[in-house]
Amino acid sequence: MMPGMPEISALALTFAFLMGVAILAYVVLDGYDLGVGMLMPAADPEQQNRMVNSIGPFWDANETWLVLGVGILLVAFPASHGVILQALYLPVAAMLVGLMLRGVAFEFRMKAEGWHRELWNWLFWFGSFLAAFAQGVMLGRYLTGFQPGFGYWLFALMVGAALCGGYVLLGATWLIARTEGELQKKSLAWARWGLAWVAFGVALVSLATPLVNETVREKWFGMPQMPFLMLLPATSFAFGLWLWFLTGKKLIDQNREWRPFFGAVAIFVLAFLGLAYSIYPWVVIDRIGLWETAHPSSLRVVLWGALAVLPFIVAYNVLAYWIFRGKARENLYE
Amino acid sequence: MDGSDALILARSQFGLNIAFHILFPSLTIGLAWYLVYFRAQYGRSGSPEWLSIYQRWTKVFALTFAMGVVSGITMSFQFGTNWPGYMAKVGNIAGPLLAYEVLTAFFLEATFLGVMLFGMNRVPPWLHMAATLLVALGTTLSAFWILALNSWMQTPAGHISQDGVLIAGDWVTVIFNPSFPYRFCHMLLASFLTASFVVAGLSAWRLLKAADDALARRTLRVAVTVAAVLAPLQAFVGDQHGLNTLEHQPAKIAAMEALWKTEKGMPLVLVAIPNEKEKRNDYAIEIPRLGSLILKHDLDAEVKGLEAFEDHPPVAPVFFAFRAMVGVGVLMIAVAWLSLFLSRKKIFPAWWLWVLSGFTFSGWIATLCGWLVTEIGRQPWLVTGILRTKDAVGSVGPAELGASLTGYVLTYALMFTAYMVVLTHIAGKSAK
Ligand code: HDD
Ligand code: HEM
Ligand code: HEM
Repeated sequence: MMPGMPEISALALTFAFLMGVAILAYVVLDGYDLGVGMLMPAADPEQQNRMVNSIGPFWDANETWLVLGVGILLVAFPASHGVILQALYLPVAAMLVGLMLRGVAFEFRMKAEGWHRELWNWLFWFGSFLAAFAQGVMLGRYLTGFQPGFGYWLFALMVGAALCGGYVLLGATWLIARTEGELQKKSLAWARWGLAWVAFGVALVSLATPLVNETVREKWFGMPQMPFLMLLPATSFAFGLWLWFLTGKKLIDQNREWRPFFGAVAIFVLAFLGLAYSIYPWVVIDRIGLWETAHPSSLRVVLWGALAVLPFIVAYNVLAYWIFRGKARENLYE
Repeated sequence: MDGSDALILARSQFGLNIAFHILFPSLTIGLAWYLVYFRAQYGRSGSPEWLSIYQRWTKVFALTFAMGVVSGITMSFQFGTNWPGYMAKVGNIAGPLLAYEVLTAFFLEATFLGVMLFGMNRVPPWLHMAATLLVALGTTLSAFWILALNSWMQTPAGHISQDGVLIAGDWVTVIFNPSFPYRFCHMLLASFLTASFVVAGLSAWRLLKAADDALARRTLRVAVTVAAVLAPLQAFVGDQHGLNTLEHQPAKIAAMEALWKTEKGMPLVLVAIPNEKEKRNDYAIEIPRLGSLILKHDLDAEVKGLEAFEDHPPVAPVFFAFRAMVGVGVLMIAVAWLSLFLSRKKIFPAWWLWVLSGFTFSGWIATLCGWLVTEIGRQPWLVTGILRTKDAVGSVGPAELGASLTGYVLTYALMFTAYMVVLTHIAGKSAK
């Protein structure tokens, strides 16, 4: 930490950590189901049904991590919450519209007939895409400190595109694990597409963030930490290569089906750690730090609740995944 | 930027979003307990008929729940985007209450919803029953926390002021603030009534198409029985709620009753057009002294009029919304009791089925009107006596607010149309 900055309490650090966990859980979990949504137009109707069935029981719980993430931001860092959400007003609204359209499309596409069903299939794709893209734009705007100007917006739009690629990667690798036959084969090819986009996106963010932000540059390229820090991109790169190799085959070994998904998750986790390192100790880069928290009495009462309840949340999420394990086949929505 | 434009837009946007959102919780909270009942009946009897009933209403529930979830996620962003001043001032109280809702309620309902909807053939019966129960519990818990917060905004208690912001002194007092028990009971009953009339109305609709559908007849009977018990109870709770409001928010009561001057032996205004400029009622039809009797249980008691308060809410919307809610409430009692009376015979007459179908969404009307009374009646305060609405608004420009408002309106219109189409479609079909 830089000299002259206020002290950061253990409570604030704990909440920063919890918020990180919630956001990462959201990105990975809703990431795969948004990714599946974005892949819809590339599949035939029977495959589309299996794709939706593979995520049907989970998407709602997955999105709840988003609510928890903003919830913690609001509880613990209210000053930043106001600044961030107001600065991101339009992309947030776009994301919400996207999430709404796709959330109800799960139900509507199965109950509609004829061109109505086509319409909801299309809205399912569009909503997933809009939400993913808007989240990327939010990330891009956030990383550049919400600066106005064409260049900064262009950067944000590119991050948006890259995050779509990342979610497609997660979605495709999820489908590799959860489906079989022709659809699984297709998913292998989709995963490679996603991976290419991810490579582009990670490179873009890694290059641009230090360029636009001095604080970040110093943190990464200062000595003596730089060689150690380079391990992070190097490991991501290794995972990327591994994934490329795994998805290159026509068929995937039965007991290796989950590997691509975990590879994709690993890339997301590493990228997230990198971002967290860049940003720390700020909540709004160069403006509001982790020390500007809500009153400790509020933090404490939430912390106790969270510690008591989170193990249960994890437990029943695990239970749900276990109940719906195996290949997505039968038609859940009749 | 003109501050008042942004204020009006921010309020319209928040009002639209929450009004859209509440339609779905107000149905799911009650319907979830109906599902628990249907599931338990099936578990107990093993009869395929209860199973069919359960499955039919699960479809309606799933649809409604999805609408509630997605519009709710929007709500959780609205505090930060539209009311940053609110979070700055009372965030230390609002934040933890909202966080507890997420932690205890949302994950519970969202996770077990999957098991409940898709797990019947994958898990043992007891676990499926438990999942159904946990979903219902989750929805009710969610109402508990959000109403704790809303009630605290109406009748704040248990907080301390420190350096210009509020912190909780005593959480138990914050949660169980003076109006909370009334609001929580009233809202839960509202939700059960909403669900009952939807179940009864859609079943009646089915019976109009197929008079011999025994399953629809059975659900219709369950629903009107529940409504017959709860509708009078709601009127009683509502009356108690009003007495509580008189104690803590007397200006709101004066607006609800359009009482301009402090009066002894206040009349009950049945109909009128409140005239804000001249501070009187036009075309009023009143019953002398009944107002004092209802509010103070004494024919001659004095009730404070609007003139006694420095700040008071706009009168007309509160006055009309209150009459609409109570009017629907009274009609609900009548309809439920007549249904019970008519259901002694095997077959409901067709004209009565039309009436019941007409009442399908009466709960929505009463609920929305009730919330309008509550929320507009609190104006100009956002948190009574602590924070004014105009001091909470953010600095988002009118252009951005306008653009997002348009986006929401279009999305909601599309979602709502589709919801209604599918609902009538399900209602018309046989349950088997
Ligand atoms: C009286 C009940 C009630 C009221 C007043 C509200 N809600 Fe709500 N909400 C529910 C009752 C509910 C519920 C019953 O728990 C939901 C409705 C959809 C669903 O069916 O679950 C829900 C869903 C829901 C969700 C999605 C949860 C999920 O992911 O599963 C969020 C984020 C919110 N709400 C947030 C809010 C906020 C910020 C509100 C106030 C400003 C609000 N709700 C008012
Ligand atoms: C669920 C049913 C609810 C409905 C239908 C509803 C309706 C409304 C409406 C119409 C307004 C605008 C009033 C005006 O500007 O004159 C409003 C304002 C507001 N309500 Fe609610 N509300 C509900 C619940 C809640 C809850 C549970 C909370 C908080 C926990 C809440 C917090 C607010 C806030 C922050 C405002 C904005 C300030 C204002 O305009 O007064 N509301 N609500
Ligand atoms: C029949 C007689 C009824 C009476 C006397 C009554 C009374 C009241 C009162 C006095 C309020 C406002 C309290 C305040 O904000 O301070 C209120 C609010 C409300 N009412 Fe009613 N009500 C009745 C029927 C109904 C019915 C049938 C429903 C719905 C099905 C309903 C739903 C609501 C809701 C949702 C609110 C707002 C939440 C709250 O403040 O609790 N009411 N009611």
